[in-house]
Amino acid sequence: MDKNIIIEIVGDIDVAKVYSELSHPRSGGICVFFGAVREFTQSEEVIALEFETYKNMALKEMDKIAKEAVEKWDLNKVVIRHAVGKKKVEEPVVVVGASSAHRDGCFEACRFLIDTLKKRVPIWKKEIFKNKKVWVSAHP
Amino acid sequence: MEVLLFGIAKDIVGRSSWYPNEGDETPATVSELKERLKKSFPEFGKLTSLAVAVNSEYAEDSVSLGQNDEIAIIPPVSGG
Repeated sequence: MDKNIIIEIVGDIDVAKVYSELSHPRSGGICVFFGAVREFTQSEEVIALEFETYKNMALKEMDKIAKEAVEKWDLNKVVIRHAVGKKKVEEPVVVVGASSAHRDGCFEACRFLIDTLKKRVPIWKKEIFKNKKVWVSAHP
Repeated sequence: MEVLLFGIAKDIVGRSSWYPNEGDETPATVSELKERLKKSFPEFGKLTSLAVAVNSEYAEDSVSLGQNDEIAIIPPVSGG
């Protein structure tokens, strides 16, 4: 695997280490996106989110997305890391980041990484409310 | 033939895997597998989308299924 690409599925996301993972002597710009648990979905209070994954395939898809981004924006480093298990309000669930010579590349790449992850990577999120549980996006 | 189930697919079937060949012929393609699944569990017809992975890659409807392939049902994903 490309040493400049970090792909992981973890129990908990360490928010502090991503800067050093993306830092690179040729990178003048580092852009990072964190996804976190939000308290309300359409005015209903969310207690927690529960994530599960098809791990082999998720890692493979994440790696493909990272490689597509490196190709397109000439990135020096890429991180895609997703958490699984039960996550409470304000906890981080996903982090994606990219570093490049100038800021335009890493900003655009970061948006692509999270948008494409949401469309393609086999990870499923269940919203846990006070009196029901709902698989997100399952039904139209 | 064992088919892996995740997310809402696991809830619909009530197990983490499904054997589509029980007492019947084995589906030969992705599209036959999807039809068999919807016939056995009509709830799958109500989902936003339904994909199948063969050996941990998304597979088109025309892809053939072999006994040694790792096959999984991929209900609508919702990571992030």
